[in-house]
Amino acid sequence: MSTSSTGERWGTRIGVILAVTGSAVGLGNFLRFPGQAAQNGGGLFMIPYLVAFLIVGIPLAWSEWALGRYGGTRGHNSAPGIFRGVLQTPNGSYVGMLGTVMPVLIYTYYVIIEALCLFYAWHYLTGTLAGFGDSVSAIGEFFASSLGLEEHGAMFASGQAQFLGFVVFCFFINFFLIYRGLSRGIERFCAVAMPLLVISAFIVLIRVLTLNPMPDTPDQNLMAGLGFMWNPAQDERSIFETLANPDVWLAATGQIFFSLSLGFGLILTYSSYLRKDDDVALSSLTSVSGNGFCEVVLGGMIALPAAYIFLGPVFLSDPSNIGTFSLGFITLPNVFNQMPAGNFFGFLFFFLLFLAAITSSLSMLQPSIALLEEGLGITRKPSVAILGFITFTGTFFIAYFSAGLQALDTMDFWMANFFIFIFATVQTLIFGWVIGPKRGYEALTQGAEIGVPRWIMFVIRYISPTFLIGIFALWCQRSLPGRWQQIITPPEGEPPVVLMVLGFIVLVLLFFSFVIAGANQRWQQQAAKGVST
Amino acid sequence: MLTAIGGMTTLLAWCVYKIVSTPGATEHLHSPLDIDPGDTEG
Repeated sequence: MSTSSTGERWGTRIGVILAVTGSAVGLGNFLRFPGQAAQNGGGLFMIPYLVAFLIVGIPLAWSEWALGRYGGTRGHNSAPGIFRGVLQTPNGSYVGMLGTVMPVLIYTYYVIIEALCLFYAWHYLTGTLAGFGDSVSAIGEFFASSLGLEEHGAMFASGQAQFLGFVVFCFFINFFLIYRGLSRGIERFCAVAMPLLVISAFIVLIRVLTLNPMPDTPDQNLMAGLGFMWNPAQDERSIFETLANPDVWLAATGQIFFSLSLGFGLILTYSSYLRKDDDVALSSLTSVSGNGFCEVVLGGMIALPAAYIFLGPVFLSDPSNIGTFSLGFITLPNVFNQMPAGNFFGFLFFFLLFLAAITSSLSMLQPSIALLEEGLGITRKPSVAILGFITFTGTFFIAYFSAGLQALDTMDFWMANFFIFIFATVQTLIFGWVIGPKRGYEALTQGAEIGVPRWIMFVIRYISPTFLIGIFALWCQRSLPGRWQQIITPPEGEPPVVLMVLGFIVLVLLFFSFVIAGANQRWQQQAAKGVST
Repeated sequence: MLTAIGGMTTLLAWCVYKIVSTPGATEHLHSPLDIDPGDTEG
C-alpha cells in the first residue's frame, strides 16, 4: 500500500485514514440515520443505537473481518467457500449462500437510489430544482414523476425517461469500474472520491451551523433545530415507554447493520483477500468509528436541523416527511431552495450522496464475482458479464414496477431487514462457537496493530447472538404477519408485484445454489488433489 | 448528544492516533475497496 518505516509519508497516512474511515460511509449515514432518530424518540434513540453499536456493531465487524481472513487463508474467497471450509461439510456452502445473494439483490435497487442522487445533483447544477422555490408540492411532483410513482412503467414513458438514462449510466459505470478490476479502477476512484466526500460533508455542515433563522420565524433557530434532532422526544410517552418499545431497538439495530455494511457478505469477501500479517482489528475498528462519526456528527447535524430552521416543527412532526426518501429528496431540496447559495449546496450535498452510494454499490458486486470465479472456474470478465445480466434483470424489474415503490420496498424488506438479521446471526454463531474463542481470538489478533481484549470473545459467543436472536424474534412477531398478508392477498386488478419480487428472489437463490453445487464439485476435486478447501 | 458525538469522535480520534503513532501501520491497514482480489485481468 505504501512506503514503510520512519520515512512513511503523511500523504500516505492521510490517504489510508480517509480510505479506511470512509469505507463504510453511504446513504444510511446522511439520510436513513436522521430519519430513524427523529421517528424513534430523537435523542433517546441514541441509547439503543449506542448499545447496538457496542454489543453488535463492533463485535460483528471484528468477527466478520476475522472470519473472512480465516477463510481466505484456507483458500476461499466467497462466503459459501468460507462457510464450507469452516463447517467442514459441503452443505456448509449453502449456509453461506445468503452472503452472495444479498449483495446482488440489494444492488438491484440501490443503484436506482444512487442514480437519483446523481440526478438531483445534475438538476441543481442546471438550476431546475432551484426553480421550484419553496414549493414542497412541486418538488414532490418532480420526485414522483422521476421515479414513476404514479403507475407501473411510468419511468419508461416518453418525456419521463431522463431519470432512466441516469439509472442506466450508474448501472454501467459500476460495472465498468468492477470490470476493470478493483486495484486499478476502484482504488484510483476512491483515492479521489473519499477525501472529496469528507470535505463536501464538512462544508455543508459548516453552512448549516452558520444558518440564521428566517425573519418571520425567529424561534426556528439552529439550537432549536439541534434540539429537535437530539433531545428526547417531547411527546406524551415517557422515557421508559420509548425505551421499552421494541420497534425503537429494532430500528437502532437495523440502522447499525445497514450503515456498517455488516451481515451481508461484503466484509467477509473482501477480508478473505488479506494476508496473514495484515491487520483486521484496527482496520475494522477505524472503519466502524469513521462510519459512526459520519453518521452521528455529519448525518445527525445536517439534514434535520436545517429542515427545522426552514420548514419548522409542524412539517417535520409528520413521519411521512422524515422518511429516508421524503427527507432526502423532497424535504431537503426544499431546504436548499430557501438557503443562501442553496443551488451550490444542493449540488454539493447530492453529489456527496452519489459518491457515498457508488462506493457502497461497487463493493456489493465483488462477493458474487468471487463465487462465480470459484464455482464455475471462470475468470473475472465472464463473471462480471453473468452478474451484469442478473442485476440488469432485477434493476429493470424494480424500475418498471415503480408504482408506490412497491417492488423496491419489498426487495428492501426481505434483503436489508429480514435476511440480513439471519446471516449476521449465523455468522456470529459460527465465529463464536464453531471457530471458537481460542482460534477466533487468534484469527482476530493475527497481525493486529492494536491490542484486543480477550473478553470480546465472550461478547461474540453469548451477548451478541442473544441480543440478535431476541431482536429478530420480536421483529418477526410484529412485522411478518403484515408482510404475509401482502403475499397471500395481492391487490385486485393490479400485477402481483410482491409475489413477483419474491419469485425473482427465489430464482436468484436457485441460480446461486446451482453455482454452489458446481463449486462443491470443484472443491472436492481440488481436495482430492491435495489443494486446501 | 454530547455522549454520542463525544464518544464517536473520541473513538475515531483514538484509531487515527494509533494509525499515526504505530510505525508501519499503514502497510497492514485496509479498507474493503482497496483490497486487491488478485483476479484482475490485463
